[in-house]
Amino acid sequence: MNEKRPSHKGKMVPLPTNSIIPERDLAVTPILECRHLGIDFGGLRAVDDFNLTIGRTEIAGLIGPNGAGKTTVFNLLTKVYQPTRGTILLDGVDTAGKTTAQINHMGVARTFQNIRLFGNMSVMENILVGLHGEMNYSTLSGVLRLPSFFRSERIARERAMELLSIFNMEDTAEALAGSLPYGAQRRLEILRALATNPSLLLLDEPAAGMNPSETAELMENIVKIRDTFHIAVMLIEHDMNLVMGICEGICVLNFGQVIAKGTAEDIQSNPVVIEAYLGKQQ
Amino acid sequence: MKNLKKTTKVDLATYIGVTVAFLIMYALQTGGHLTSSISGQLVPICCFIVMAVSLNLVVGISGELSLGHAGFMSVGAFGGIIAAQSLAETIPSTPLRLVVALAVGALCAVVVGFVVGVPVLRLRGDYLAIVTLAFGQIIKDLINCLLVGYDSHGLHIMFNISGLKSINDLHLEETGKAIIKGAQGAVGVTKISSFPAGFILVMLTLVIVLNLIRSRTGRAIMAIRDNRIAAESVGLNITKYKLMAFVISAALAGAAGALYGLNYGSLVASRFDFNTSILVLVYVVLGGLGNIWGSIIATVVLYMLPEALRQFSDYRMLVYAIVLILVMLATNNDQLKALLGKIIPHRKEAAGNE
Ligand SMILES: Nc1ncnc2c1ncn2[C@@H]1O[C@H](COP(=O)(O)OP(=O)(O)O)[C@@H](O)[C@H]1O
Ligand SMILES: [Mg+2]
Repeated sequence: MNEKRPSHKGKMVPLPTNSIIPERDLAVTPILECRHLGIDFGGLRAVDDFNLTIGRTEIAGLIGPNGAGKTTVFNLLTKVYQPTRGTILLDGVDTAGKTTAQINHMGVARTFQNIRLFGNMSVMENILVGLHGEMNYSTLSGVLRLPSFFRSERIARERAMELLSIFNMEDTAEALAGSLPYGAQRRLEILRALATNPSLLLLDEPAAGMNPSETAELMENIVKIRDTFHIAVMLIEHDMNLVMGICEGICVLNFGQVIAKGTAEDIQSNPVVIEAYLGKQQ
Repeated sequence: MKNLKKTTKVDLATYIGVTVAFLIMYALQTGGHLTSSISGQLVPICCFIVMAVSLNLVVGISGELSLGHAGFMSVGAFGGIIAAQSLAETIPSTPLRLVVALAVGALCAVVVGFVVGVPVLRLRGDYLAIVTLAFGQIIKDLINCLLVGYDSHGLHIMFNISGLKSINDLHLEETGKAIIKGAQGAVGVTKISSFPAGFILVMLTLVIVLNLIRSRTGRAIMAIRDNRIAAESVGLNITKYKLMAFVISAALAGAAGALYGLNYGSLVASRFDFNTSILVLVYVVLGGLGNIWGSIIATVVLYMLPEALRQFSDYRMLVYAIVLILVMLATNNDQLKALLGKIIPHRKEAAGNE
């Protein structure tokens, strides 16, 4: 599945137009391809004809006014909602009929706009749940406390500490996840997602509720995560400094429709975008 | 690592506490210092501790409401009685026969647990409460129709759905014996349960439940309880883990039922009715959801209480209510737990953990 392709020109189905895939990822299968994706809620076309391609190591941004359908796109990608129309390919594999859990096994992990931690469990335990698939002892060996239990748990806890060190959160390992400050909860969600060893990380408003210095640090860390894990990151964010600062490709959504796609410069100078979105903020 | 140690300490304190309590009570019992009424409560208390701890696995750890836990106890009790009574000659050793009976009781409950759990736990939403409520009722009615006897040809089982048949329709040989006589329940049961057996079952239950909670499986179960969508998003199979908690809980209730059933000469299915399910649920809720040692303490106190309160006669229900509130505070209230932690060293770790 990872074999190189000489050029995407030979592909049976052409890449969607206005592809924003970065140069370095052009020779390999894109990690994500959405084709004509759409969902209706009753009469409301929450997302319609959504086409997007994301490169293997790309940081992509999904922006748009409130209610544009951004979170809905994430819910479609992770099968929290089943699409009404269209196709989602992960690493070239069709995801039709897959469950949310299976999508995670296929390499997609996410965070949530309204934080969804395991609030009654410790920070460490939250990450260990993310590492569930990495641990290989059976329920019986866990109950009987066989050597495989101790070995696997020790390795997982070390790994969890490594992950916590990305955000310098080692000290909070024993704290109850629900008792953390807001920013720390968002960071923990990212780590829990990373623990599942994804190849595509979806972040829904990761900087929401963070102060400017926290946001600046987060920006650096998102890039660091991409560089160390060699994964693609797709993020929804209202903080334009963050989006324009780190996203190589940006997709703008308005009323469920893609109104623009391109680099930060393209987007910032696009009159349609300025009118629909940026204009409102000035 | 620190966390592992802390929870290990809580678990250890629980094991030690239960063992010490057992040794004291056992010494008193064998020394003949217990009244017959207290002595007679020792085995049932062990059974109900197992019931409460296992129900806590479903209600507290898995976050699903079950209103039919006594149904599994019933299945286990009658399954265990059938096994023990029919194997009386095959397995002369009483302890071994008891072990086999408990295993059979657990197994019967596992099968029924799957039958109840598989269709319900696949659904999203809180259907388990209503289904287990119905299950508790149905299982009682089914057992009331059951005719079971044993002779040299083996087991004879008949369902008296029409209500017209009696134990004579089994056509047992002269030497055969009736085991379950429909609505009359199990009769002529050889009492083979003992307090030490009850203690061992409690310890086994604690090992299974506590070790499960501290393993990846238990964390998955708790993660699903805390946030289903997030749990799915990190790749957990929701149905699998909910079912696992439910079936393990059923198995333990089945074993508890078998021990309970073999503690009496006769047993009727209505002993395991809705009230019994609710009683166990009260132990769990008052002991604290997800709090295993809390379930144990709540069970012991509340099971003994009605007996101990006889002397208060008129004020009995008032005192009962006050004790209920105190137990709830002691096991659920953080400040009170911290306070208790200062007085009792063991409690400190427990308080810190919950
Ligand atoms: N489960 C749902 N049922 C009905 N309408 C929904 C549902 N989820 C989202 N919507 C609607 O879809 C639109 C897009 O919502 P959302 O994706 O959350 O926007 P945002 O871009 O702010 O993340 C909104 O109008 C919202 O009300
Ligand atoms: Mg949103």
